[in-house]
Amino acid sequence: MAGTDPIKQFDIVELFSFGTIGADAQGVGGFDLVFTNSALMMVVTVSLISGWLILTTRGRGLVPSRLQLVSEVSYEFIANMIRTSTGSEGMKFFPFVFSLFVFILISNMLGLFPYFISVSSQLIITVSLALLVMTIVIFYGVWKNGFKFLKIFVPSGIPLVVLIIVVPIEVLSFLSRPLSLSLRLFGNMLAGAIVVKVFAGFVVSLTAMGLVGIIGAILPMAMTVALTGLEVLVAALQAFVFTILTCVYLNDAIHPGH
Amino acid sequence: MEVEAAKMIGAGIATIGMGGAGIGVGIIFGNYLSGALRNPAAAAGQFTNLIFGFAVTEALGIFSLLIALLLLFVV
Amino acid sequence: MAGDNSTPDVVVKTINESGEEVVVKIDGANSYGEQLQTSTKQVKEEKPFPPFDPSTFGPQLFWLAITFGVLYLLMSKIALPRIGEILEVRRDRIEGDLAEAERLRQKTEQAIENYEAELATARAQAHEIAEETRNDIKSELDEKHSEVEAELSKKLSIAEARIKETKSAALANVDEIASETLVSLISKLTGKISIKDARDIVKSVVKG
Repeated sequence: MAGTDPIKQFDIVELFSFGTIGADAQGVGGFDLVFTNSALMMVVTVSLISGWLILTTRGRGLVPSRLQLVSEVSYEFIANMIRTSTGSEGMKFFPFVFSLFVFILISNMLGLFPYFISVSSQLIITVSLALLVMTIVIFYGVWKNGFKFLKIFVPSGIPLVVLIIVVPIEVLSFLSRPLSLSLRLFGNMLAGAIVVKVFAGFVVSLTAMGLVGIIGAILPMAMTVALTGLEVLVAALQAFVFTILTCVYLNDAIHPGH
Repeated sequence: MEVEAAKMIGAGIATIGMGGAGIGVGIIFGNYLSGALRNPAAAAGQFTNLIFGFAVTEALGIFSLLIALLLLFVV
Repeated sequence: MAGDNSTPDVVVKTINESGEEVVVKIDGANSYGEQLQTSTKQVKEEKPFPPFDPSTFGPQLFWLAITFGVLYLLMSKIALPRIGEILEVRRDRIEGDLAEAERLRQKTEQAIENYEAELATARAQAHEIAEETRNDIKSELDEKHSEVEAELSKKLSIAEARIKETKSAALANVDEIASETLVSLISKLTGKISIKDARDIVKSVVKG
């Protein structure tokens, strides 16, 4: 059963350790610098992205090659997204939003390969990315607008009596943003991986039963293929959603008081 | 009642909440499609809003999934 | 070790042969105040759900910070400026080419305009020459025409004078013939009449 356990794929396995820093004399506490499979996936993700973007644009071709075109299209895609949702002022966040998008997209996609772990199905990763976004939003908003940043909680053109109800709701919705931002990505990738694994597990269990089982395994196999296709869509969509929500939140920081 | 069994039942009940998110996402995409068929010229401009609404709706479904997971593995 | 989780009463953490931490939770008694039973009614090996396992948070956070930081630096310092530069150069080039095309187009239009102006001048000149020639020819024709007409009218008047002369001569002859006819008639009828009388009678008849 261990081979078909749909939860096992999320195990964080220690590959090697750089030792512990900050431990006291008894070796208690401190911080283990372990290099896990999720760390490996992050390194692979970053190397893939950087390698692709830097190597394909090395020629600086006036007429782009096909590979260079991919880099240019992704650049234009994110640049247009920022421009339409935050205006030209948001372009100073372009490297951040671009890194965020490609990081999430590529780690989502890599998670679809067998034996690979999707970094974005680890709660801590999505939570820290979401908190990073919200931290940037809050700090930039306060730094740029000062006290006026609080206007994001006060929708304009609403009578005072209604404001008493609306403002707490706005505050609540603002506080739930990092929660929903991180859990959406985490939940989608986790659920998708589990579903695919469950159907793939059916295939493994059924083929162990002999000829009848192998014939019966055709159906879950087809389902696994179809679901993998769906997961490709979900992976891209969730990366897009995370990025566009980041843009929307950044827009709030740049132009408070909607 | 056995606590373990209660957790399992609770997790199962929690996943029902995803059905609501499914209905919501269906309504969003359905209305987008009917609007887009009526006025195809304006459809492309509303794609961002579509994704935004989809994301917000879907988050609620993910919350119920999370509750199920928490019940199964954490509590 | 006392359990940090509220459900099991006893939690034993041990390290097994492979170095993994194994947490054994013993649900000895329920929480209704019963005595802790030493016999393990329910022993199960429990490993937390991997994404919720706090022991993995630290290293993952650490590596995320490093990798994402590296990615951000590479993107913001190398990759994105380079792609931006490529796009910029291309846009400049396209704009330059378009401006050049526009300049050439204007040049062409200028040439066409010049050509058309010259054409119009030439056409006007040709028209003028044609007009002049036509006028010349017309005046010459007119001259000849009037000359011929004058000659003709002169001949006509000469002819008319001759016709008048002939006519009057003829008329005179008519009187003479009438008188002679009258003489011969009268002499045949009555006998004698002088030619002179006959002439007078004819004259009076013609006159009357």
